[in-house]
Amino acid sequence: MPWLRRVKPEAAQQTAARPDEPAPAAAPQTPAELDTQRRARRTGTLIATPGALYLLIFFMVPLGLITVYSFATRTSTGRTSLSGWNLDSYERIADDVILGIIARSAWLAFLTTVLCLIVAYPFAYYLATRPPRLRARLLVLVMIPFWTNGLVRVFAIRFLLGSNGPASALSEAMGFGTFRILFTPTAVVLGMVYGFLTFMVLPLYVALERMDWRLVEAARDLYASGAKAFWRVTVPLTRSGIVAGCVLVFVPSFGSYVVPEILGGAKTLLIGSYVARQFQAARNWPLGASLSVLIIVAMLVAVAVNQRNSANAERTGAGAP
Amino acid sequence: MSITSQTRGRLRRYRWLALAATAALLLAACGGGGSDNAADDCEPGETDGDLAFYNWADYMDEELLLAFEEETGISIDYTVYESNEQMLSQVESEAAIYDLVVPSDYMVALMIEEELLLPLNYDALPNVANLDDAWDNPPFDPEHQYHVAYQWGTTGIGMTYDALDAIGGESSWAVIFDADTAAQVPGGISMLDDAPEAVSAALKYLGYSITETIESGNEDAIREAGALLKATNDRLVKYDSVTYGDDLVNGEVDVAHGWSGGFAQAFFETDAYETHVYTIPVEGGVRWVDTMAIPHNADNVCSAHAMIDFLLDAENGAALTNYTYYGSPNEAATPYILDEILEDPGIYPPPDVYERLELIPQMGDLGLIVQDMLTEAKS
Repeated sequence: MPWLRRVKPEAAQQTAARPDEPAPAAAPQTPAELDTQRRARRTGTLIATPGALYLLIFFMVPLGLITVYSFATRTSTGRTSLSGWNLDSYERIADDVILGIIARSAWLAFLTTVLCLIVAYPFAYYLATRPPRLRARLLVLVMIPFWTNGLVRVFAIRFLLGSNGPASALSEAMGFGTFRILFTPTAVVLGMVYGFLTFMVLPLYVALERMDWRLVEAARDLYASGAKAFWRVTVPLTRSGIVAGCVLVFVPSFGSYVVPEILGGAKTLLIGSYVARQFQAARNWPLGASLSVLIIVAMLVAVAVNQRNSANAERTGAGAP
Repeated sequence: MSITSQTRGRLRRYRWLALAATAALLLAACGGGGSDNAADDCEPGETDGDLAFYNWADYMDEELLLAFEEETGISIDYTVYESNEQMLSQVESEAAIYDLVVPSDYMVALMIEEELLLPLNYDALPNVANLDDAWDNPPFDPEHQYHVAYQWGTTGIGMTYDALDAIGGESSWAVIFDADTAAQVPGGISMLDDAPEAVSAALKYLGYSITETIESGNEDAIREAGALLKATNDRLVKYDSVTYGDDLVNGEVDVAHGWSGGFAQAFFETDAYETHVYTIPVEGGVRWVDTMAIPHNADNVCSAHAMIDFLLDAENGAALTNYTYYGSPNEAATPYILDEILEDPGIYPPPDVYERLELIPQMGDLGLIVQDMLTEAKS
């Protein structure tokens, strides 16, 4: 979670930014103090162990297995033979059909991200500018949908958009006739925007809430119009939140499986469904595995580049006031 | 009070000891017996432990499971799947051990080839005599060693009577695959999200025999069917293998490619028989049979035989069909099956219609090409 991690370095900077105070570390340390430090470090390692083990067993090992499978061979009955290692399934990805599926998935994920940003930014702005008590309550309201099973919510949307559903009834009553939106890419994007909106709202809220509003006031004092102050001050200062939100929305919507299956009627094949199909109906594990590896690598590269950029921006940016 | 709990603790310990001893004995018996097939020693109705039963979703009357538990005293660990491939990967990876599974025809052939099934011991299955002769020695298990038929059905088209009238009163795959005919249907069309079924439907419309096409490895015919699917994609409302029956009675679609029992269940639940009908197109369709089989690594082989025999009983077999609305392979069950099912030509097609139905054979290497056809259709 990049937006969580982003908080930490700054917190560290804040503590480091008080060098004038009598720093205990600078004074010669007694053996007892050193011992306490060492023990604290050891406890730190100890309490991190369960989490590290968990990630190792349930994330690293499966990831390793998938990588191994991606070089294996499929037998004619669909069994995966762990021999005759080859790059065939990686070569197959260059196939026009698969490239088309990847491009379409990326396009829908991009649309979802942009729509989420447009909807979430004003909303997060509103949240962040409320008095603290109201803010806490509103945040709870944002979280409430997450207490309901996601699948149930998607089926509810399916009912809402169905040709017998309330949305269609409304459009008929208004004289627009029944509308067919269910089982189209539009329905998929609508469903994904709803599903991932919170991932955009929360990092934006964190960024806006932490922002130093005096800078906006300063801009206005210097005769910047409201819009100009927003674009030149607020947006750049919340850049980390925007980027984090976009990553958090784009990555899961690119690989989304449930929403396209249920709201898209399985008619336009997206990458998530295609990979699932390789592991199930087609029984082509090597192809499914190589696609998964490729997606993970692409996402990692994108996130890494983006983190390096934002780190640079922070270093070269306005800096500490 | 403390004494009783102590005693209980000790008893519990002894019970573990007893269990361990039994397990050791069993292991010794298995090791020493040298019998290749654990099923050889099973007597009719004998059980050897709790039954892990892995079946298709919505494919079993729970009353039957309860009756079996009561009759035998063992309990059933019942889990479900939604596709043959899902079941296969579980059995193949040994992610869980099952005593009884329900593979369809082509999957039986594949599992035999992969040596994943145990030959059945017919001495423990006296009720096999109840089966209709038509189910003897099918192509997917020519010596009838590994499976016993469970339920059978067909794949065709469910539609509103209005749609049927609109295309002239005779059901044809043209209602899906021919643009002009499809245009006469007011509502939407859906197809099964299943590559072998979708390709088979297209093959039938194009006039090919499914069996011959697959067995002769006629890739051109399959590609022709794939091109037809691609041309049809934009006309469809959706692909669906789960809610096609409900979508039809709800009016989401007017024409749906699907399985006989799925439609029958949906029509029955919503009283839609007056307005909706399941048909087998004039060009012919697909028939299939789901079977009971025992995975090679089953723990409780005798319990599995007991369950198979229990379900082959005339009255139990009828209860199953009365619940699932799929055809029963059990001839002796006929008197106990509801008349509305026996008389429904969608479930029990008349002989002339039945002749136009084909089993989908095991596809081997063609399987991947068939899968690609549906993928390309959706691109």
